Amino acid sequence: MIIKRPSDIRPSEITDEAIYLDRRRFLQAAGFAALGAAAAVSPPARAASEASQPKIQGLVQSTLSIDEDPNSWEDITTYNNFYEFGTDKSDPHRKARDFQPRPWEVSVSGECDRPGTLSYADFVAPHTPEERIYRLRCVEAWSMVIPWVGIPMGDALKRFEPNSRAKYVTFKTLLDPKQMPGQRWPVLDWPYVEGLRIDEAMHPLAIFGIGVYGRELPNQNGAPLRIVVPWKYGFKSIKSIVSIEFTEKQPLSSWEKAAPSEYGFYANVNPEVDHPRWSQASERLIGKGIFAPRRPTEMFNGYADQVAQLYQGMDLTRNY
Amino acid sequence: MAFPRSLSQPQLRVAKTALFALCALPFLVMVLGAFGLAGVSLGANPVEELMDRNGQWGLRFLLITLAVTPLRRITGWHWLVRLRRMLGLFAFFYVLMHFVTYALIDHRLDLGIIVEDIIERPFITLGITALVLLIPLAATSTNAMMRRLGKRWQTLHRLIYPIAILGVWHFWWQVKQDLREPLIYALILAVLLGYRMWWQRRQAARSADHDDGLTGDPDGGGKPARPSMPLAQ
Repeated sequence: MIIKRPSDIRPSEITDEAIYLDRRRFLQAAGFAALGAAAAVSPPARAASEASQPKIQGLVQSTLSIDEDPNSWEDITTYNNFYEFGTDKSDPHRKARDFQPRPWEVSVSGECDRPGTLSYADFVAPHTPEERIYRLRCVEAWSMVIPWVGIPMGDALKRFEPNSRAKYVTFKTLLDPKQMPGQRWPVLDWPYVEGLRIDEAMHPLAIFGIGVYGRELPNQNGAPLRIVVPWKYGFKSIKSIVSIEFTEKQPLSSWEKAAPSEYGFYANVNPEVDHPRWSQASERLIGKGIFAPRRPTEMFNGYADQVAQLYQGMDLTRNY
Repeated sequence: MAFPRSLSQPQLRVAKTALFALCALPFLVMVLGAFGLAGVSLGANPVEELMDRNGQWGLRFLLITLAVTPLRRITGWHWLVRLRRMLGLFAFFYVLMHFVTYALIDHRLDLGIIVEDIIERPFITLGITALVLLIPLAATSTNAMMRRLGKRWQTLHRLIYPIAILGVWHFWWQVKQDLREPLIYALILAVLLGYRMWWQRRQAARSADHDDGLTGDPDGGGKPARPSMPLAQ
């Protein structure tokens, strides 16, 4: 399999942390000066601060990163879809503050020769963490650019020696309504379940995400372990994973189960196949301000050169 | 009760001014947020935030407008009806701003996209229908129009009922999965419409009992609209 690189690779340019810290200080100070209309004004953002997140050691840059300016720490950590902490995008950073991502165990089971339950540290330790700057396209038609820290998913999965019946990988999020208040209401059938075809999971672009901006994942971004599959809509990239299972049958993912006519198993970014209730032809760019134009959405979120061959011969209108 | 049943002209003027300021406050905060003034922020996705907030305030003002008549009957504060036109016009204003955010800021008046949305996406069809129906109500909200239309004015302004239903329905169909919030709007609307059905039935029963139809309600039971009555009953 020939893996093409993005055509426009260049060393990543990440805005200096201090600028973001300053911006946050400004926002906080400004928050106190906000109008008395408390009900109408959002509270100032109080996300896990960047400086308080431990740095990930031994980070290397990846040639698979795209050459676009990443969104700010603020955007990435305060505008999240993580229904386990509430359905509003401002819920996760407020309600995940006390979430405990350690100690953490991941069980690996199913069609593999070396199943087992590992601590987070043991799961991640054998791999070199890489910075991967990827586009993230939400099914709600907005997008960000995120400097993830991750480990190649294929390398991590191969350690468990999946057998020939392992056609799919199924991931599950932690089920813990005490820590995850969103799970106290049956918006989805908890715990969150997602799956990939084994060749998708083994694709070099697929990673287990363990950090952003060189630091450990904030709780609201799926600490301590999530997946990142940049050519698919964001909801495929399941967060706070406790279970990985190799299966022969295609799993039923949570959104597919909740609304099968709206969310499919593949969920590849595709501007030509609309969501039944909105167009997927273009996307709003987070962080570009209120008057920035929408951008046309690209096939496979711009990763078509690298992943299109996975879906050769498939009807992507039916397999949405 | 702490409030009088009627207000003097100066009192009414104060009430209207205060209400105007209060009703305009959410918009002011949005404008500050849109330009990043006074420390107000609209968050990471300001366009979505503007669309959501304007839509929600539009719905809220529709429901508040519909709450005037029941509230007036229950409390006896008849001056409430004098504030109703402003509440109704603010409902129209926020719904219009909701549309402006969608059409102008988000889609830059790209007619192809907007028309496709209106035709192909049922929740947008509902929303645009509600907005279009609100236009004649806003246009006929002046005293002069009320006088000109006479009885037909009240009939026309009963459009507020289907408009409110369309608005809540639009919100319901737009929500991705969590229906709790639209459900709250739907329940409040059901109470407000249910109250009217109950009231009408009671009026009908009374007029059948007494044969005179007089109930002491200043503008109930099919009487012609008073000139001071804005935006539906």
